Amino acid sequence: MLSRFLSLFIIAGLAIAMAAGADLGAGTKAEELNVPAIVMFLLFVAGTLGITYWASKRTKSAKDFYTAGGGITGTQNGTAIAGDYMSAASFLGITGMVYLKGYDGLIFSIGFLVGWPVILFMISEQLRNLGKYTFADVTAYRLKQKQVRILAALGSIAVVILYLIAQMVGAGKLIEILFGLDYEIAVVLVGALMIAYVAFGGMLATTWVQIIKAVLLLVGTTFMSIMVMSEVGFSFDVLFTKATEIHSKGIEIMSPGGLVSDPISAISLGIALMFGTAGLPHILMRFFTVADAKEARKSVFVATGLIGYFYILTFIMGFGAIVLVLGDPAGSYLAADGVTLKGMNNMAAVWLAHAVGGDYFLGFISAVAFATILAVVSGLTLAGASAISHDLYANAFATGKVDEKKEMNVSKMATVGIGIAAIFFGIAFEEQNIAFVVALAFTIAASANFPVLFMSIFWKKLTTRGAVIGGYIGLVSALVLVILGPVVWTSILGNAEAIVPYKFPAVFSVPLAFIAIWFFSITDKSDDAQRCIDEFDAQDIRCQTGIGADGAVDH
Amino acid sequence: MTQEQVLEIKNNPNYQKLVNTRSKFAWTLTIVILVVYYAFILFIAFSPETLGAKVNPDAMMTVGIPVGIAIIIFAFALTGIYVKRANSEFDGLLANLKDDIEKGMK
Repeated sequence: MLSRFLSLFIIAGLAIAMAAGADLGAGTKAEELNVPAIVMFLLFVAGTLGITYWASKRTKSAKDFYTAGGGITGTQNGTAIAGDYMSAASFLGITGMVYLKGYDGLIFSIGFLVGWPVILFMISEQLRNLGKYTFADVTAYRLKQKQVRILAALGSIAVVILYLIAQMVGAGKLIEILFGLDYEIAVVLVGALMIAYVAFGGMLATTWVQIIKAVLLLVGTTFMSIMVMSEVGFSFDVLFTKATEIHSKGIEIMSPGGLVSDPISAISLGIALMFGTAGLPHILMRFFTVADAKEARKSVFVATGLIGYFYILTFIMGFGAIVLVLGDPAGSYLAADGVTLKGMNNMAAVWLAHAVGGDYFLGFISAVAFATILAVVSGLTLAGASAISHDLYANAFATGKVDEKKEMNVSKMATVGIGIAAIFFGIAFEEQNIAFVVALAFTIAASANFPVLFMSIFWKKLTTRGAVIGGYIGLVSALVLVILGPVVWTSILGNAEAIVPYKFPAVFSVPLAFIAIWFFSITDKSDDAQRCIDEFDAQDIRCQTGIGADGAVDH
Repeated sequence: MTQEQVLEIKNNPNYQKLVNTRSKFAWTLTIVILVVYYAFILFIAFSPETLGAKVNPDAMMTVGIPVGIAIIIFAFALTGIYVKRANSEFDGLLANLKDDIEKGMK
């Protein structure tokens, strides 16, 4: 196994060296080769492959593979959850949004954060007490396994693939700019590394890669924020005054702008962000890696604190980028037009790293950004592979009659399959407008996964029919409403006006799913419906107390 | 779990107290964070100038910034409040319940 890792590592190094050679030959084709960034990134890859090797020796059973044997502590898990949430999209995207629009960036951060207390109060302990490997363990607890598992797996795989496309395309573009590597090589490299982490190291490697990256990211962003504040004598008023003098929007960046223009959009965005988070399979899966409900709640406490802290930093960094990057006297970070940033406007955080810390710190932050993408795609891949092996293969089609070894092999094959699909989609979607995929992923998570999960935990009268029909209605309505919305209908299909004027149509699809679940449950008079209702009390006792829960720690 | 065990636990006073106080507490906190968040969103939608007002005439800082940061800190504080009470009171009730069950089995 070790030799396989070594050869993979050498291949990765060769790919970088080859691309570097190609770029040096081609001269000005891509950005300049960033040597400190490549060195630091190779160190990260070497370290994480070492962890993967260590984890592979400890990953023997299915439980090890899916949940790291349940031996992750609350603090570790909370850090990993925060790492899952601090994706490249939030690090670069939110800093970039603050840089472009000022206050509006903060509105987005708050929307992303407020879902976490709700997850703590409503979902986290319940999940830990009822589930084993995937959230479908909870939704299928007293309902008919096959239909409910297929629904949950489809919802999970849809969210995972959409999220992966967004990450892969973003990764390819980012690496092209930061490291001077070709887009295709970057995408293949990300895909190959994530397959290695997940297939060999399972949840244990995935979790530790995520923890290391989260710590690196928090250290880096803390340093940048302190440097920004020291530049303005630690006075927010000086920071804001300078920023408004430099920014073309002037004083407007200090107040809510056009981001959230009408109440329905605002509420719909809020619902999608809040309940979408509670339906993301790669996040929900993390609650099974801790020993019990107590550690699960501690995870959310730690995660909420770290994510909140990180969002406050992105706000400081966004304003810092206005002052130090946009306001750079030599204009060295601007593209030829003198208005947009080199690369893209999402690069504000990266150029800020250079402005406050020079070439080496730029290299560090570039490597961290790459590591961030790797860690997040690994978590996604593991969640997708679990949906295929645990929900579809082991429980829906083989109806629980497979041995663990076979199930694990299927999940490793699924990991490779998802990895290859992600590479393929990443290359296929290079030139596409992918803004819609994140909207779609969050809307599906909020409309298909969350309502079924929530009702299965709290509502006694839920029946299989209600859950399945309601779940599919949520899934299909999310899909249709996003396609008819501004991002797909107008921007991609080129129609004049969107039929549904909301980017996140969760305000319609989520209630629709809940109503359908309710209606098709109460009108269900079958024998199975009565059985589902009768079994609720036992489920609820386990949910409330953890009595009878599969103890996650090996005894 | 047999039907008798289910009934026995459901009728246990420690269980009832645990479920009632905890769900009441969890729902209260959920409603609090929802009200705070949607109040903020409605201000943005209907009265952005309130959040855009300066905290004082000489300052560049607008009301919206401390409010926004406060919501982030408040969300974290709520999780802390819940965890604190869950670790002491709710886990205590749960331990009592588990004692009762063990005694019942002897």
